Amino acid sequence: MEAFKPFAGSMVAVPINDIDTDQIIPARYLKVTDKLGLGAACFADWRYNADGSPKADFVLNDPQYQHAQVLIGGHNFGCGSSREHAPWALLGAGFKAVISTYFADIFKNNALKNGLLPIIVDEETHRQLISLAQEDPQSQVRVDLETQTLVLPDGRAVNFPIDGFSKECLLQGVDQLGYLMNLDAQIAAYETNHTPRVTTRV
Amino acid sequence: MTSAPQTLFEKVWNSHLVRPQSADLPAVLYIDLHLVHEVTSPQAFSLLRERGLKVRRPTQTLATMDHSTPTTPRGADGVIPVVDEMALKQLEVFTRNCDDFGIRMFALGTENQGIVHVIGPEQGLTQPGMTIVCGDSHTSTHGAFGALAFGIGTSEVAHVLATQCLLQNKPQTMAVRVDGGLAPGVAAKDIILAIIAKIGVGGGTGYVFEYMGSAIRGLTMEGRMTICNMSIEGGARAGMIAPDETTFNYIAGRPHAPHGADWEAALANWRALPSDDGAVFDAEVILNADELVPMITYGTNPGMGIPITGRVPDPDGLGDVSQKMALDKALRYMDLQPNQSLLGKKVDVVFVGSCTNSRISDLRDVARLINGRKIADNLRMLVVPGSQRVKAQAEAEGLHEIFKAAGAEWREAGCSMCIAMNGDELRPGQYAVSTSNRNFEGRQGKGGRTFLASPLTAAATALNGCITDPRELYMEKV
Ligand code: SF4
Repeated sequence: MEAFKPFAGSMVAVPINDIDTDQIIPARYLKVTDKLGLGAACFADWRYNADGSPKADFVLNDPQYQHAQVLIGGHNFGCGSSREHAPWALLGAGFKAVISTYFADIFKNNALKNGLLPIIVDEETHRQLISLAQEDPQSQVRVDLETQTLVLPDGRAVNFPIDGFSKECLLQGVDQLGYLMNLDAQIAAYETNHTPRVTTRV
Repeated sequence: MTSAPQTLFEKVWNSHLVRPQSADLPAVLYIDLHLVHEVTSPQAFSLLRERGLKVRRPTQTLATMDHSTPTTPRGADGVIPVVDEMALKQLEVFTRNCDDFGIRMFALGTENQGIVHVIGPEQGLTQPGMTIVCGDSHTSTHGAFGALAFGIGTSEVAHVLATQCLLQNKPQTMAVRVDGGLAPGVAAKDIILAIIAKIGVGGGTGYVFEYMGSAIRGLTMEGRMTICNMSIEGGARAGMIAPDETTFNYIAGRPHAPHGADWEAALANWRALPSDDGAVFDAEVILNADELVPMITYGTNPGMGIPITGRVPDPDGLGDVSQKMALDKALRYMDLQPNQSLLGKKVDVVFVGSCTNSRISDLRDVARLINGRKIADNLRMLVVPGSQRVKAQAEAEGLHEIFKAAGAEWREAGCSMCIAMNGDELRPGQYAVSTSNRNFEGRQGKGGRTFLASPLTAAATALNGCITDPRELYMEKV
């Protein structure tokens, strides 16, 4: 994973509440055994007609938003299935951050583990960002994880929450598996004191 | 010294801490049982290979094939053919991964294979007080036994494979109290659909639910599993129910249940698990089961549910703009009108199956209603048992003959039309009444439209060919 660096990028709004991960990446694309090529299928059923042609009225197909790096979703973004293919697809489609008023737990965890930043903002800021993105596709926000700030086009900076551990991992570009592996002695000690509750062997 | 009263969740959480949470570090939680399936694991195994890591506890890991597997009848050779090339490749990769890493796996068509959340309890592997995870959001099902069970992503699947641990921030707790009793024709599924309709699909975000109250106590284990299964549809990662005699009776004698002196010791531990008197929850929701009628969804998330006798809500009646937009969008997708009644609405398909409602009691409920009758013309009904064991049990009871005589399809075990990855799917525009857990756009096939309901409502609907209140038929039959 690459270290998460500050960036300025344009936004695109899909201001629909409760966007579930089945919409972000439909199940029929989950037969892959790697993480590649999912970007093209991101929001597939909202983006494409039955014959595979793009739906002209879906915002992600609007040429003005082709380079957006920040996706603004409605409330409760990423609910439903635990598929990590959802953040893989969003990253594959070029997004570095997603903004909502709150995220479903599993989606948030999955995003953080892949360098896709879930940014939680208050409802007023959320409304404002949606209007900005809709009125001017060029308008940019600046995202700085180190200071946990989102800078709006008018210069106003809003803070966003993130747990300290995930933040450090993102800033350093390290994944959490290495960290857990280093706890081997503590895990072994736990195992010494607790006999396994079950064995899956016969 | 007496310690502060604890909730069921806190007891299980605290007893699995390799290291507690601190101001800047998450807790390290030990996992007792890791369930694995073909769709969310390949990239995790790849990561282990890249780093040269082993599976830390293969004996606390169990794998099954379920999501992308066909449920079509076996060939003359007894084999279930996989025709989808990508699915076939995924299953091959999965088999190799389980072989290479020493994980026991229930392969397609073998006697124990089935939906991951059906086989854990069935095998007696799901037990009170355990921590159980799987790369699947409906892992919450196992909470019905008083386990802390939740879904994880593929990165976390790799964490558990390699370390048997997860980094977790402690969630909050919500008491979900359901008192009273269910009227005939009203089912566990109706309780959970009513709860989600009340709190919304995001209402439980950040919480672990504990379901309690006389209505929950009165349910069978299978009913309790149906409820815990859909905790995630209310936004909660986990839902738990305190273990009691019903729980112990269900576990006793199963292949992996403790025996002899171990059983007595386990019972003593399990009896200490229920929340202490005076234990404090961060939030509470209350539902009265006495007033409950069968529920059905009308929209495109499980929170969009109404009593079957009710009417589809009107977007114009909503104050909040974003809620109005969401409802508008849902009704357009479903091609329904505000204030419409759903009773009598024609449907094309009835699906009985999924980790929510594919257990033997669900199949018995359906069989009881349709016994001796025929399903409506031009309606397709799939009955998909949750596991090969459920299938065998149903066949021993002759239920399959009832389904077949009625005109329904009796299938092999798997997720099937719950997720429509295996060719079992709705065609664009078709309506289904489904006993599964998700009515998201396209969930049961691109362009397909789903009404979620109980097995009883599904059966009554199949007989009439249109959405039917099961209480009418139920009264005649029992
Ligand atoms: S039956 Fe449906 S919800 Fe359950 S595990 Fe399978 S796909 Fe997931």
